[in-house]
Amino acid sequence: MKPLRHISFLWSLLPIVVFLALWELIASIWVENQALLPPFSAVLREFSILMGNGILMENLLHSLVRVVIGFVAGSLAGLLMGILMGWKELIHRSLHPVFSLLYPIPALGWLPVFMLWFGIGEILPVAVIFMCSFFPVLYNTETGIRTVNRDLIRAARTLGASDRKVLVTILLPLALPNIFTGLRLESGMAWRVIIAAEMVAIPTGIGALLMRAENLIRMDIVIVCLMVLSIMCFSFERFFLYLERKITGRW
Amino acid sequence: MPSISLTSVSNYVLKDVSFTVRDGEFMVLLGHNGAGKSTLLNIIAGLIPYQGSVRFDDTPVDDISTEKRNVGYLSQDLALFPHMKVRANIGYGLRMRPDRKRSKIDDKVDALLEMMNIRHLGDRYPRDLSGGEKQRVALARAMAIDPKVLLMDEPLNSLDLMSAKYLRTEIRHLQKKLRATTLFVTHSLDEASEIADRIAVMDNGEILQVGTPDEIIFSPAEVRVRNFIGEPNIFECRSSRILENGLAVSRCGRLEIISPYEGTPIHKIAIQPEHVYVSTVAPAGPHINRFQGVVREIKHYPSMVRLTIEVAGQPILAQLPKRLSRMQAFTEGSEVYLILKLRWLQVLNSGAQWH
Repeated sequence: MKPLRHISFLWSLLPIVVFLALWELIASIWVENQALLPPFSAVLREFSILMGNGILMENLLHSLVRVVIGFVAGSLAGLLMGILMGWKELIHRSLHPVFSLLYPIPALGWLPVFMLWFGIGEILPVAVIFMCSFFPVLYNTETGIRTVNRDLIRAARTLGASDRKVLVTILLPLALPNIFTGLRLESGMAWRVIIAAEMVAIPTGIGALLMRAENLIRMDIVIVCLMVLSIMCFSFERFFLYLERKITGRW
Repeated sequence: MPSISLTSVSNYVLKDVSFTVRDGEFMVLLGHNGAGKSTLLNIIAGLIPYQGSVRFDDTPVDDISTEKRNVGYLSQDLALFPHMKVRANIGYGLRMRPDRKRSKIDDKVDALLEMMNIRHLGDRYPRDLSGGEKQRVALARAMAIDPKVLLMDEPLNSLDLMSAKYLRTEIRHLQKKLRATTLFVTHSLDEASEIADRIAVMDNGEILQVGTPDEIIFSPAEVRVRNFIGEPNIFECRSSRILENGLAVSRCGRLEIISPYEGTPIHKIAIQPEHVYVSTVAPAGPHINRFQGVVREIKHYPSMVRLTIEVAGQPILAQLPKRLSRMQAFTEGSEVYLILKLRWLQVLNSGAQWH
């Protein structure tokens, strides 16, 4: 089975290799102004320079810290509120209308509000990421809890489980696939949002680096930033997918 | 285990239901879908609100919440917790108790795995079990808490016929061994008459009749019970001769019918129309309860056909699925062979109680 899996993995890499080769070929042979589309080799070269002088890592670290703080805080708050709304009908009925109105507002829509509230500083991107993570995790958690088969809850209760035990031993574990879906999607989204926030309002981070490169017409640096963004989104989503499979995969 | 008594129990489905399940009795609630059978179980388990009174022995349990009523409940889909292995499922109720001790829980789970013959399944998740295995795990889980009463809501519905029959026998065996007061819901008269000490026939939120399987089949109390049990063929028998292997041959009118024999004189024999085999060609095999007759009437229904066949001057009702009747092309006046299937014969002997 293992050789087959290796072949399958290599086969999935093939389109990426073909894409990069075509890019290299087209940019080297047919594109006159390579400042607008540098070949892949030039982007790689710039990547190693930015890594060597520490600029890329410094900006990445700024973005990473903001994403982690905002995402963890937003997810925890969403998880807690989602559990309460999924578990207690009264809380669901009281808060659902308010959250239904706030949920459709895109995370970046809060940017001007937070700029006025918090000013330009570290709190601003963290607050935007918080909003980006809070609502989807809340709704996925609430839906996960509310869609647990009622027969399982009845079975648990006849077996002697109190309301709190039903929540801890039945509802929460069975809502995990939904919760993980929310976390996975929003972990990627957090990176997309932080880039936008940094491009508009913050002087440090991958978004800010990307904005400066655009001003200097350094397409190679722009592409390096986009590649880093892509890798971070992919890694975060994969991490939660791995966790989900590890925890819920057997059932 | 205690008896279960319901007095004037009503809710949005049930209408003034009163009856008692005796200590250690296996009672079957029989009725069509929507008759209120599952609602009744849910009320006894304390899962839905109701008016009236439910007692376990002489103790009212109306003010006791579900988790403290201590009932073993098997729902239709068995409701095994998908995220727990078999051992954890069985031990769940024990872990919910305030006096839980790990070693005691493990011992009890081991004993139940052994008793249900599923020791090898302990480390599997429910998704890796067959229907029959799931059924055993669910039963073991319900038994683990030493329930005061056992409530089973069509637990064999999802199984194939053979597995259902096997597990039905096992459930009955286990119930007798533990003397558990049991209320079992089904819509199948065959299933009910096979396992019940007594049957309660339900319709439209009411209990229509409570009685032994013989009483329900041979003397239905009212027209709705008669409609439900579906006009069985009933043969009045005069004399019986004992054969080997627990069988007897009885003279019923001008027919000689071989049936199970339990040591007391046979008074009546009944068989449902769907258990009468009919064919235009002579069936192969032993000639047990095989007769020849003439089709006198054919009635067509959306999914089945009912034939009235005259055998030795006596009408016998047979019921076939439409598909089978088309293959045989029965016509009124044609000669047919019929077999009264031995395993479906219901015998009323002198030991039975009458209204």
